[in-house]
Amino acid sequence: MSDDPNVGVDPALVSTRSVEVVVMALLLGVAVFLGWDNLRIGAGWAPDGPQAGYFPFYLSVLLGGASVVGIVSALRHPDLKDEIFVGRSAFGRVLRVFIPTILFVFLVQVIGLYVASFIFVALFMIVIGKLSPWKSVLTGLIFSALMFYVFDVQFNVLLPKGPLEAAFGF
Amino acid sequence: MEALDSLFHGFGVLLTFHNMVLMLIGICLGILVGVLPGLGGPNGVAILLPLTFTMDPTSAIVLLSCIYWGALFGGAITSILFNIPGEAWSVATTFDGYPMAQKGEAAEALTAAFTASFVGSIVAVMLITFLAPWIASFALRFGPPEFFAVYMLTFCSFVGLGKEARHKIVISLTIGFLLAAVGMDTVSGELRMTFGSVELLRGFDFLVAVIGLFGISEILLAMEEHLAFKGQEAKIRFTVVWRTWMTLPRYWMTLLRSSAIGCWLGVTPGGAIAASFMGYNLAKRFSRDGASFGKGKIEGVLAPETAAHAAGTSALLPMLALGIPGSGTAAVLLGGLMVWGLQPGPLLFVEQKDFVWGLIASMYLGNIAGLIIVLATVPLFASVLRVPFATIAPMIIVSCAVGAFAVQNAMFDIWLMLGFGIVGYVFKKIGIPLAPMTLALVLGDKAEDAFRQSMIGLDGGLGIFWSNKLVGTISTLALIMLFWPLIGKAIDMIRGSGRSAPGAASSGSSRP
Repeated sequence: MSDDPNVGVDPALVSTRSVEVVVMALLLGVAVFLGWDNLRIGAGWAPDGPQAGYFPFYLSVLLGGASVVGIVSALRHPDLKDEIFVGRSAFGRVLRVFIPTILFVFLVQVIGLYVASFIFVALFMIVIGKLSPWKSVLTGLIFSALMFYVFDVQFNVLLPKGPLEAAFGF
Repeated sequence: MEALDSLFHGFGVLLTFHNMVLMLIGICLGILVGVLPGLGGPNGVAILLPLTFTMDPTSAIVLLSCIYWGALFGGAITSILFNIPGEAWSVATTFDGYPMAQKGEAAEALTAAFTASFVGSIVAVMLITFLAPWIASFALRFGPPEFFAVYMLTFCSFVGLGKEARHKIVISLTIGFLLAAVGMDTVSGELRMTFGSVELLRGFDFLVAVIGLFGISEILLAMEEHLAFKGQEAKIRFTVVWRTWMTLPRYWMTLLRSSAIGCWLGVTPGGAIAASFMGYNLAKRFSRDGASFGKGKIEGVLAPETAAHAAGTSALLPMLALGIPGSGTAAVLLGGLMVWGLQPGPLLFVEQKDFVWGLIASMYLGNIAGLIIVLATVPLFASVLRVPFATIAPMIIVSCAVGAFAVQNAMFDIWLMLGFGIVGYVFKKIGIPLAPMTLALVLGDKAEDAFRQSMIGLDGGLGIFWSNKLVGTISTLALIMLFWPLIGKAIDMIRGSGRSAPGAASSGSSRP
């Protein structure tokens, strides 16, 4: 990613090496945990062939082995230490899209998908995109209506609905 | 000539008004998917898969495969006009495509790219037409050990031929397999790795994983890199198209070479990405003035586009003939087959003639229609990219959520999708490839079943995989693929090489 012009001015939040080591360590943990669980249900050989845990157990072993290799090679790789995984302002931008997304999914659970996506699209455009409010609201409305038409009316795909749709009898 | 008869039968199935409309819709949606950042072939198809649950399988596959063709075409638009590859396999197209656009030859570059894509696809489709039925009839003799050996071959070639670090490919593969194994064991009925959770009982659906891994993570990446779309103008006049077409016969060797590379890499799971780089590098090496590559040379557009499209298309060959997808998108299409109640594998050619030949016929027609549509609509799709990202991003996220939810009508799957999005974002940044995971997730259960069926009654010996000539050959080939890097080195050593292969080294990073 050295061709990214932002790299020079954006102070590093975390280096690629640290992230790689942490991810590999996490994977190693997952591998040990899953390996143990499969050992519990039986990873051996029954009279009629391999037991239920046989296949996943050896996969866990492979995963564990590969993540150990990953930890070692990340630690031994000198360049990775200086490589920026993500810069501060870049990470800020990532959060600016990810946090609203989480809120959106919460909203879907509460008030249904169509209303939630209207609010999400409109607010995202106003707050994050700093676009004019009436354009944003209109875009959100059209988008939600189109989604409703395509999925609910045309293709009968049932998506989560809330009180508003119920009020209209859908 | 039996293949030709079947093909005409396929055209008969395809040529209904309903299917033709679906084809046009599919291509337009596909181009859109290819142009937009955050939507690509695999997750574009995955998101739209729920819409096809109620269609008949032939119409469904026509729609979805046309999205695939469209996405392949669409990737070139952003590469050439905006210097932003919409797809990883279009990275090599930017090398010469964007300089050409800067010189004011955008129309020529686009025409060359689309035509090259078309040529690559058609070569690959012809390969499928004549080779797939033959492979399928051969594979009818396969039993569980043979199938497991073929699965092994697929996964071993990923490890052996992949450009990423080996341990990272292995990690990706094993995670995919482990995720596939979560839930109820199909043989013994025991619960595996569910930890008492009701949600995990259903297991992980690969569509949800694909949408998160490719869709959500791409949005995060696009946001992080702060994409600004400042592109060249795009208008294609017919005279320019004609003039460009007149020059193309001169480059027949490049087109042919790239098609061959693409077909080869597409069938073996190396994928379109590797093919496009290799096509570009070889064209550069064999060209009379290779030095002017990268400064806006039409061959530099032709070579990678032909190879990428040939690879993308021929990735469907093993999917149709053996039930083993050669690429991420092919894996999603394979998942679609299962959803529509078809059993992928060699029997498809016997039991579902309408479906198979309808699909193959749609590859011909879809590519012809795609070429015409894409040439006519470039300005329209290029203007999509001038829409602010803050408008597009939430819409893509909503579409992803819809796709994830609709697979099994489960709210939990939307959360899962977000989780996969984070995983995809981190993995992409530390260089763990995602395609092997997708493939393992789709094939995991089948591979395990094949393994256990071959092992029934045996006491753990692996001799069954070398018990006859056929399965022995495939198993041995799998091992050769797995250790290919070591074997390659050994061959070089024996030759006492002072001359290492140029070109191969420069195909480096393909991160978009």
